[in-house]
Parts: sequence; structure tokens; C-alpha cells
Amino acid sequence: MATLSRKDVEHVALLARLGLADDELARLEGQLNHILDQYAVLSELPTDEIPPTAQTIEVENILREDVVEPSFSVEEALAGAPERSGDYFVVPAIMTEEAR
Amino acid sequence: MARELRAGDLSARELAEAHLDLIDRQDGPMHAWLTTDREGALASADAADARFMEARHGRKDDHGADALAALPPLLGIPIALKDLVLQRGRPATAGSRILEGFISPYDAHITERLMDAGVVILGRTNMDEFAMGSSTEHSAWGPTGNPWDLSRVPGGSSGGSAAAVAAFHTPLSIGTDTGGSIRQPAALTGTVGIKPTYGRVSRYGIVAFASSLDQIGPFGRDTRDAALLLAAIAGRDERDSTSAPIPVPDYAAELPEGDDEAAASIRGARLGLPKQYFVKGMEPGVEARVREAVAALEAAGAEVVEVDLPHTDYGLATYYIIAPAEASANLARYDGIRYGRADRGRDVLGDYLSTRGNGFGAEVKRRIMLGTYALSAGYYDAYYIKAQKVRTLIKSDFDRAFEDVDALVAPTSPTVAFPLGARLDDPVAMYLSDACTLPVNMAGLPGISVPCGLSEGLPVGLQFIGKAWDEGRLFRLGRAYEAITAKADWRTLEPPGLTTPGSVAAASSRSHT
Repeated sequence: MATLSRKDVEHVALLARLGLADDELARLEGQLNHILDQYAVLSELPTDEIPPTAQTIEVENILREDVVEPSFSVEEALAGAPERSGDYFVVPAIMTEEAR
Repeated sequence: MARELRAGDLSARELAEAHLDLIDRQDGPMHAWLTTDREGALASADAADARFMEARHGRKDDHGADALAALPPLLGIPIALKDLVLQRGRPATAGSRILEGFISPYDAHITERLMDAGVVILGRTNMDEFAMGSSTEHSAWGPTGNPWDLSRVPGGSSGGSAAAVAAFHTPLSIGTDTGGSIRQPAALTGTVGIKPTYGRVSRYGIVAFASSLDQIGPFGRDTRDAALLLAAIAGRDERDSTSAPIPVPDYAAELPEGDDEAAASIRGARLGLPKQYFVKGMEPGVEARVREAVAALEAAGAEVVEVDLPHTDYGLATYYIIAPAEASANLARYDGIRYGRADRGRDVLGDYLSTRGNGFGAEVKRRIMLGTYALSAGYYDAYYIKAQKVRTLIKSDFDRAFEDVDALVAPTSPTVAFPLGARLDDPVAMYLSDACTLPVNMAGLPGISVPCGLSEGLPVGLQFIGKAWDEGRLFRLGRAYEAITAKADWRTLEPPGLTTPGSVAAASSRSHT
């Protein structure tokens, strides 16, 4: 199975939206490769004919009636917001001047 | 306790105060609790006392004779919640800095159910961050010590809930179990803990870790207490579509009262002993206690046959693909925008990177990285789909075994409680703690851990694993084992250096007596 390079670790960290320091990246490179080595045992097992299991209970297609239930007020929904403006969550601008 | 509360010999307020005082006195070095809620607990206790009073006064009229008996069985009994169960207006950190300061805007389904049952919530217990760990050392708020030896771990991730029960700080607590996080700490602290069938308890309002594996369950000091608590929280809830519309038996009512009757109930039970569960690295003392327990069950009339679960050894690798993959998706919600910690970067991406980089601890980052990698383009089939296929094989092993036996009997943990710090630098060694428990989660089955003696002065756990929805049988087996070993010397042993919660509650240590 694959081995992760430092560059791969940096790429996965970006995909996962984790800002990691240099020493963390170095430590993770070693640890992740050690863990991936343990995964190699799975390749011993022939599984071409085996269906995957995503969940274990036999109930399926559980749907509820499409009726409106009480939900949070704006105040409750925003109560934990790190930053708010009126009735909105604040996020940084995602478009630059040129893009507009 | 329940009997004394009903008789009026003890008030729910006295009981709550005695436990809270004990926590205040003793929890400093143990750190089982993250927060206690004296005000909320005493308010619930007073409400419970009012209901007892009302029922007692109603006794004399025509309908009143049954009023006390009709009260919920856990009315006025103290409980602890693992810090990932939402309780409106209270903090819930799930052991993580990224949820520092978060206040729950609503109650979890089980919180509602517990409030309805009149339970007194004393506070919230320590845990590995986002339930990722087997020792409670991965809590952002510092580790919990094992009441049997404070220099050792209580297991994890529900280590605080297990330690609090073992230390007599509360008779009951709630944990969650994704790969062993109830059963392994129950084993390491000498308490009873059950992971119910996947779908038995609604997870609405529980901080999610791995959604195809997570399940909520109780800790108690004996089987009957755990049975009462599971019955109080189990059952269908529309807000969790994985909670199953399957009737919940009155587990405690199904348990024999006397020890003789309970011990006799084991006669004719057909139990499977999975040979693969005596894993490499299992401590000889643990294996000895488990084999003695099996011999005791046989002597009492159970038939024990060896069973083969050939894919057990693949469980660890399978679990450590599936659980991190699901976790990496679940933990994407911590974005620093809607709630929780927010650190600012240069732009929106910078905000995410710094919030999540600073907010998550080392083990959580490790699992997010593993999961993200396993789900990333080019590796999805090789890791994630492969693991799901092996999961099918693991589940089939159990299906085959249960064609021939009623339940399985096995060790819970390969070792007794290990010293704090011993496995922190080696994730793979830490992951081995769950070798005997995580296959059960992968198959969605129920498993209970009951104490079965000591090795090196530390508790050892015996695990019974059942068919789906067969928790009742696990409680009966646990109760039978308790009865068979009721006179064993180790039954009288308690964690050293602890006192029971004051003279008031010392009269009885279990909730139902």
C-alpha cells in the first residue's frame, strides 16, 4: 500500500482544513505511515465478491411526516455565534475586488 | 436508594448533596468530573421529593396505594452525563477546546427522557476528546485517574463516567461506545457497562464521532442498575432516523430477585467462547480471571463451546479506517462560524485552518488526517470500501456463531488499567486496548462488561456479547454471573482510600436497593 510523503501529509491537512505546525506535520508523517502499515493486513483478504456494509440494522427508509415542527428562534440559533451582525453569522469576504 | 427514597428514610436532596459533597472533597486528584451543577441537581431533587411526598400522602385514599409503586424507578437517583450529551443551558465540550464556551441550545433525546424519569443530573464527566481514545488522556482538560490507582488510566473514552461510578460519586452514569468506550472503562474500573444494539438509543443531541458505530449506554455498579437506566433511555425517537422502532422490554423486571434464582437461570444457557479474543499481548492475569469466570459459569450449568470468529484479527485495521473516515466527515462542522472556538486567519480558509488547527488535540487531528486520506480520491476504494467489505465478513462471523449459541462470553480488555502516559506515544498500542470490543460495534451488536475479579489488584472485565436487540439476555447473564460469584472474596473489595458518600447514602451503594 501507499506511503505518505511529507508533501502528501501537507495536502491531506489542507483537505481536512487543519492548520498544522512543522513539528506536527513531521510527527504525523511517521505516525500515519506506521498506522497505514497496519492496514496492509486487509489486502490479504479476497473481497471481490463481498458486498460492503455501511450500517448494520435492518430498518431502512425511515421517513417522518412532512410537517413543520417548532425550531430554533434566530436568537437561539445565533446564541453561540463567535461573531454576528444583526440576524446573520459573520464570515470573512470570499471574493476579492477584482473578482467582483 | 430507590427503596429508601420511597420510604421517606432519605430525601433526594440529601442524596444529591451527599454525592456533590463527596465529589467536592475527592475529585481534585481524580478529575472524573468537568463540571457539576449543584443548583440544577438540587432543583431536580426537590421536584423528586415533592413527587415522593405527594405519592406518600395519596396512600390512604382508594387510588393512592399504588402511587409510590407507579413512580418512575429512577426518580431522585443521581446520575452523571458524559460531556457530549447536550443539556439545554449547560456547557458541552466533548473534551475539546474547539467547544470551549459552547452552551447547549437544546436537550438531547436522552436528557429529556432522564428528566422525565426524574433523575438528578449531578454534572458532566471527562472523556477523550470527541470520544477518540481508550484512556481519557486525550481530554483537552487533562486526564482522569482510575479510582483503584490514581496513577493509572480509567480507560476511555467514557473514563470520567466510569471512574465517577467506581468512586461512588454517583450510582449511575451515561457513556457512549464507538469501539469499546463504555465496556473497556467499565472493565478497567470494576463497574458494569453496556453498549446496546446499534439503533437502540436515540443519538439526537449527542456529539457525533462515527455515526455507523456510535451508541449510548449506561454505567452502574451492578447489572440491575444498568438495566434500569437502559430502559429509561432506550426506544424510538423520530429525530434520530437510526433509532429503531423495536419495543424495549422492562429489562429490570425480567431479572430474578434472589441470588439462588439468578444463579439457577444460567442452567442450559449455550455460550460461545471466541478463541480469537484471547489476543496477542493479553495479560496472563486477565486471561486467568476470564477463564475462571467461564469455569464458574460452566459449573453453574451453562454449556460453553469454543467458537471461531476468523476475521477478528482484521477488526482493528477495519475499525481504524471506518471510524476515522466517518469522524473526518462529522468533525467538518467545527468551522468557527456558527458556534464554538473561532480563530482568525488571513481569509476564510485561514480562519478554518487556524480554528481547527488550534482547536483540535493531537489524537483528533491524527484521526481526521487518517479519515480524510482514506476518503480521498484514489484511496477511497483501497481503504474505505475495502474496510466496509471486511466489515461484512466480521459481521458474518457473528451471524454464524449465533446459529449455534445464545450469546458469547469473552474478555472485555486484554489488560488491566495501564499507567497514565504508558501508551500516549504509540497510537497503535493504544488502539489494541479495544481489540476485544470493537468487532462488536462493527457488527452493531450489544455487549456488556461485568467485573470478574482482580489482577495485580486491579479490576478485570468479563464481556457477554448478544444477538441484535438481545440486551435482556445480556442483563440476565450478567445478573446470573453476579449471583454465582456473590460470595467471592473480590466482590467485597472497593477502590482503596475512598469513602462512600457520607453516612446518608452509605446505607446502600446501589440505586435499586
